[in-house]
Amino acid sequence: MPESGFPASRVVRWDTAVGALLVVVLLLSFATVDGFGNALNLSFLIGNTLPIALIALPMTLLVVSGEIDLSVASTAGLSGAVMGALWNQGMAIETIIPLCLLLGVVCGLVNGLLVTRLGLPSLAVTIGTLAAYRGIAQIVLGSDAVTDFPGPYLEFAAGRIGDTFVPYAFPPFLVLLAIAVVALHATPFGRSLFAIGAGEEAARFAGLRVKRQKLILFTVTGLMASLTGVFWALHYASARYDNATGLELSVVAAVLLGGIDFDGGKGTLGGAIAGVFLLGTLQNVMSLLSVSAQSQIVVTGVLLVVSVLGPRVARRIAAARAGRRAAAPPPVPEAPAPIP
Amino acid sequence: MTHPSDTGPAPVLALRDVSKSFGAVRALRDVSLELFPGEVHALAGENGAGKSTLIKTLAGVHRPDAGQVLLDGEPVVLHGPKDARDAGIAVIYQEPTLFPDLSIAENIHMGRQPRRALGRIDHRATREATAALMNRLGVRLDPDRPARGLSIADQQIVEIAKALSFDARVLIMDEPTAALTGSEVARLFDVVRTLRDEGAAVLFISHRLEEIFEVCRRVTTLRDGARVASEPLDGMTEDDLVRRMVGRDLEELYPKQDVRPGEVVLSVRRLTREGVFTDVSFDVRRGEIVGLAGLVGAGRTEVARAVFGIDRRDAGEVEVEGRRLTNGAPSTAMAAGLALVPEDRRAQGLVMDMSIERNIGLTGLRTTVRAGLMDRGAERSRSLDWAVRLQVKYARIADAVSTLSGGNQQKVVLAKWLATGPKVLIVDEPTRGIDVGTKAEVHRLLSRLAADGVAVLMISSDLPEILGMADRVLVMHEGRLTAEIPRTDATEETVMAAATGRVAA
Repeated sequence: MPESGFPASRVVRWDTAVGALLVVVLLLSFATVDGFGNALNLSFLIGNTLPIALIALPMTLLVVSGEIDLSVASTAGLSGAVMGALWNQGMAIETIIPLCLLLGVVCGLVNGLLVTRLGLPSLAVTIGTLAAYRGIAQIVLGSDAVTDFPGPYLEFAAGRIGDTFVPYAFPPFLVLLAIAVVALHATPFGRSLFAIGAGEEAARFAGLRVKRQKLILFTVTGLMASLTGVFWALHYASARYDNATGLELSVVAAVLLGGIDFDGGKGTLGGAIAGVFLLGTLQNVMSLLSVSAQSQIVVTGVLLVVSVLGPRVARRIAAARAGRRAAAPPPVPEAPAPIP
Repeated sequence: MTHPSDTGPAPVLALRDVSKSFGAVRALRDVSLELFPGEVHALAGENGAGKSTLIKTLAGVHRPDAGQVLLDGEPVVLHGPKDARDAGIAVIYQEPTLFPDLSIAENIHMGRQPRRALGRIDHRATREATAALMNRLGVRLDPDRPARGLSIADQQIVEIAKALSFDARVLIMDEPTAALTGSEVARLFDVVRTLRDEGAAVLFISHRLEEIFEVCRRVTTLRDGARVASEPLDGMTEDDLVRRMVGRDLEELYPKQDVRPGEVVLSVRRLTREGVFTDVSFDVRRGEIVGLAGLVGAGRTEVARAVFGIDRRDAGEVEVEGRRLTNGAPSTAMAAGLALVPEDRRAQGLVMDMSIERNIGLTGLRTTVRAGLMDRGAERSRSLDWAVRLQVKYARIADAVSTLSGGNQQKVVLAKWLATGPKVLIVDEPTRGIDVGTKAEVHRLLSRLAADGVAVLMISSDLPEILGMADRVLVMHEGRLTAEIPRTDATEETVMAAATGRVAA
């Protein structure tokens, strides 16, 4: 995993811990939950988690830069609704999908311009567009459900490769994941995001183009949200205005669970993706155990709170240890252990 | 036990052979200190000499490993800041922490407002008590004014009033003047003298030696955690004091080399930002250090920000080597060879949670790149190279800059910008709040840069620094350039006259 934006600490890094927890939960589920370990269920697990994972990619970058986008689920819903409406009009799916993605770009651009040009807080802006985009989705499609999309597309979004646990959509996701990891952890762009999130003013004084970077991020987030909306409609073979409702809660919970600091500037994409699949696995296991959907939302909410608290507590402990050293004058500070 | 035969007043607060260690670091070793009522006592020492630890010991934050704290001659154990406050010890920090939305009166009486029947807060009594405190200090501040918008100087006065309302007998002032203008310092000193005459003991910490000589009677010097001396300031010179602090003769504090200025590199023409500064024009030449003096609020920092592109200009032009800079675009200013070491190093100069390596690396995101990806090796060697050249003292290059002392943090900011190979270097208060040894190093560096052909614009509120380092002094007053004074004619009087608007040059 690439080096993160935060300095070495004596305690185990949060993102590593979440990765380890994911492995433990997977092993426990294999051992104890009936029906978990077969390839079909695993392909369901991955397929149902992909919408969260797809949006988590840009969301991680956005939160690292100190911003957030809560309108993603509505953008996804709007894209699905427009897709359904245009399909009903008889337009070709090959034309519809690029149009939907373009719509997502516009949705993200609107968020980004409101945040960067008007200087509004992204939390407030995207709560507003969360409502607005969903409202437009309902105007566009009403309460219709469009289900008769072409078979190959449905098969690509819902099917798996042979008898394996790998959905068709998984390899393309891995490509996107690789692009996101490189973008965040290995490019000057990603480096600037950590600086912006940890100290926006200092980043500006270092000549970084803070507003432009954020505008790019919001736009890419809109694009990925609409891609997720298209995937969702095909995966569940149903385009409705209320598709993906509440998905932003899962995405934000998973990303924070993965150790991305809500205040920006800290975290790794690997941690975020571990958080996503930890949440996805828990949701899958709860479904297998017939836990009601409402209870699953409660679990997601609790995880969100824990994931905001956890890294802070961990850092507080690390700081308390370091504090005893930091309180001393600088001359000969003892070197903390390096990251393993 | 005090001996009845003792002459003179007993120390109100004293440390006797106090030692304090943090892990392997011995922050204080057998330090003794006596504070007498009615005296202002200076505490001097370089960063890391143990001043902070000593203050925190007196304030009850740290408990000594060995030795005693004596209050009125009796050993006491201070279990925390509240114990210290109850004992009449108050600490005024450099940057006060008031509740911005509460009034001055409410801030002073926070948590212990006078009450009326049914436990309601008696706002009138709170106000009157506050007004009485302000009278005592000889300061005019409206008790009903919210703390938000008060200058740092006024906030400190509020903190002092708060301390008085606790009947503090010992006032510890930790670099109170670092962010104050000349007239604010004078007012603060009036207040300090008032307190002294009322019988309070004041422990005064400042990096500005002239202030120590102005307001203090005795000085205790610390070096490497040990006391060098406690002695009267009468008859001492600044050089004597510096020698005690650094333990050696300091090379000259203002090592300005003579340089023949070359062609104009930075040219600012009729620069205006509505309501902030107006019609500012000046040139800076190769090899030249131009000082920009003026009172705080005269618009100096704002000019620097507009030149670099942090703020947009409303009118005027900025040119570097004849190339006009885009309005409001720091990245193009950087590309043209401009560098700005900003005033607030914690918020503007550095990303505090990021490592030394990455902070220096931030200005190299365009250069330490291979095939579109970060070249980690190049980034690290660039950062290491500059950290070493500027003699930054650190444990590991991957440590967060927040672990460094102020002087070393400032060196990281300088390293970050020098690594860009600037043609024009703008430094805003380059030595504020850093110790005298590092200060001399920064001055030597600026002088050498100028000798190497860099055009330097130095904003400073430290008049001796301006006079000691600048080839030419520009002076601003209320948003306008009021004077341009060559090195030979620049004196405290000529600069202050222009800074306060008493003459128009």
